[in-house]
Amino acid sequence: MFALCVHRCYQRSARLLVARRQKSSGPVSSPLLSRLLRFLTQHFYDVEMFLNWRSQQGRNRLQKKNVFYAYTHTLYGPDIASAHYILCLGGGFRFVGHSDWFRANKRGKFSWDFLNHKDTPLEEVDLSHTVTNYSGLFNLEHQHHLRTLKLQGCPEVDDWFLAKLHVLQDSLEELDISHCPLITTGGLATLKNLKRLKHLNVSSLPRLQNPGLVIILLEEMLPHCQIIADGYGHRLRPADKVCVEEERVQGQQQ
Amino acid sequence: MSGWRRLQVKFRTAGLLTWTRVTQPHTGRGGCLTFCQSLSTGGPLRNDFFKDLEAQLAAMRKKAADALPGSSWSPFEFNPDLPPERADVVIVGGGVMGWSIAYWLKKKENKSAGMKVIVVERDPTYSQASTVLSAGGIRQQFSLPENIHLSLHSADFLRNINDHLGVVNEDPIDLQFNHSGYLFLASEAVAHIMEENYSTQRSAGAKVSLMSPTQVKERFPWINTENVALASYGLENEGWFDPWTLLNAFKRKAISMGVIQCCGEVTGFSDTTNVLMNRDGEEVHLKRIKSVKVQMPNSMEFQPVECAIVVNAAGAFSGKLAEMLGIGLGPKDSIAGLPVPVEPRKRYVYVVHCPNGPGLDTPFLIDYSGVYIRREGLGGNYITGVSPEETEEPDTSNLEVDHQFFEDKVWPKLANRAPVFENLKVTSAWAGFYDYNTFDQNGIIGNHPLITNMYFATGFSGHGLQHSPAVGRGVAELILDGEFQTLDLSDFSFRRILVQEPMLERNIV
Repeated sequence: MFALCVHRCYQRSARLLVARRQKSSGPVSSPLLSRLLRFLTQHFYDVEMFLNWRSQQGRNRLQKKNVFYAYTHTLYGPDIASAHYILCLGGGFRFVGHSDWFRANKRGKFSWDFLNHKDTPLEEVDLSHTVTNYSGLFNLEHQHHLRTLKLQGCPEVDDWFLAKLHVLQDSLEELDISHCPLITTGGLATLKNLKRLKHLNVSSLPRLQNPGLVIILLEEMLPHCQIIADGYGHRLRPADKVCVEEERVQGQQQ
Repeated sequence: MSGWRRLQVKFRTAGLLTWTRVTQPHTGRGGCLTFCQSLSTGGPLRNDFFKDLEAQLAAMRKKAADALPGSSWSPFEFNPDLPPERADVVIVGGGVMGWSIAYWLKKKENKSAGMKVIVVERDPTYSQASTVLSAGGIRQQFSLPENIHLSLHSADFLRNINDHLGVVNEDPIDLQFNHSGYLFLASEAVAHIMEENYSTQRSAGAKVSLMSPTQVKERFPWINTENVALASYGLENEGWFDPWTLLNAFKRKAISMGVIQCCGEVTGFSDTTNVLMNRDGEEVHLKRIKSVKVQMPNSMEFQPVECAIVVNAAGAFSGKLAEMLGIGLGPKDSIAGLPVPVEPRKRYVYVVHCPNGPGLDTPFLIDYSGVYIRREGLGGNYITGVSPEETEEPDTSNLEVDHQFFEDKVWPKLANRAPVFENLKVTSAWAGFYDYNTFDQNGIIGNHPLITNMYFATGFSGHGLQHSPAVGRGVAELILDGEFQTLDLSDFSFRRILVQEPMLERNIV
């Protein structure tokens, strides 16, 4: 995209240059912008290298944020490690038996009071709008009392993440994966592994194809789970109507 | 030259005409005036001629410069699709394995454009390629730790596929990975094997769980658990994906890194032979490939490609390729008499439609009778098949589908295991080749003892696609570093064939 843009700009500036030359016959010093663009087109591979390097940097940063907190784990135990990981990402959590939440503020700062509750497992975790990903989930692996997990609008939560959620299969009751841009149908099938799931929010998943059908299949797959699926516009309604009509027909027959 | 002559003639006739025209009114006068006049009228023509001559001379000079030694000009027209005359590594077979090796070779080279890698593929449409005709599954439920590790590494690669194979300015890769585990069902007789495999898989790091028949019934009510003693189900890193996307992703990335793609068929090698004596005084013929003969499709034209290393990733036809070098044609009871035990085997895949079939959480079900079934899309379509008995292998000369085979061998077993499939309709079917290793149904990775510069990556007998990322890396390490670095795949080498120690999978099937 960038190279195309550069190419277009360069073409445009070349055209401008030609037009100017026709007007005045003297030597023309090209404007800074076009000289810069020409420089960039002559250094195509350098630009490509730079872009590669930048995306690599982004990946490394993400990796660093989602690293396994092994040091904290050995010093303070798995619960504090999980808590620290969540707060570092800017999320929030609630310990078992507590009523108040520990949260990072908007600037990512948090108080260290949670260190006082050593060996208290987590019950609710809110990682909405954070960059948690598959490898970050290793930090929550030992939370066998985790009942609620909120992952609303997480840009890095994908199907592999959902498949990995089986580590919480005996405890998780409520899962919110709405607005996650990477989730597709292929990952939703693994939610069957969560044996105790009671509430599931799958609203507004942009990459979900045929959302109406998928949600019906999901409801079929998880009969004891309440599924919230908003944000798919009118596409759900015709299917709903058909269902209602079928039920009506069945009711009349009985 | 003809232009020059033509001009001369024109010039003369023009002069003659002016002469006659001028001489008529002024008869008896001197010739001086008429000469001047003829010059003045002929002037512009002569100018045209000299202009033309200059252009002609320039063209001649250009042609002469082109024909000088050292230039690429030749009186014969060359096919631009021909492979280059020299290369460092020639990979025979442009399936997913070949492209994976090409990618890892380029990834591991420490200098950009450090080596020239060519991938030779016979059929660029991939109409008969095993890669795209496979069911596309990946599992960890093997019995050999090496295979489990290969699968785990490949799953890790597929998870981060955009970090590995993403190209700047191109769309991210969407493998359409369906995360549904494999469900293996075991009968009473093989349940102990399944338990052993389970402990091997757990210790290798695979997330697999054992299930009792009651648990299976509870989780998948549509399965008939009669005669099932035990089941194992993959929780993570298992499922199926689109092989075509993976192949194209490897290809796109490798080409962007400078790998040369070539469409043609390898029809021969030229090699040199060194004769050595072993301790017993027998002669050993060591071969070294000098060049690979690449024949262009639909023509007699071919190009010998001089190369240092050849990688045999020709899948089902790699045995035939090795035969061109005389492997397996030597006297019996010698190394040269041992053929590469890889041959094509035809396997049928049937697409069935079953509107009442199981829904979203359909696993990749593998029954102990050998029948497998998986979901295909969301519209009640499924893919099913079974491996035929050793004695009933179908003819491998074509890829035609035997529909009677479904009626006789697949459907009864399938309907027995899942009664819901008693009502189904076969909507389509296809056949593909396995690169079947007749020796022990496992991959052959490494070089042949008698051919010093040919590396093999073949004989995966149906799990080549899922192991391709990890095997490609291993082969690249073997070529560039001389030994395996990340995963020790030395057990897959030719040694086991020489000493006749098969490395068999302990399958429950």
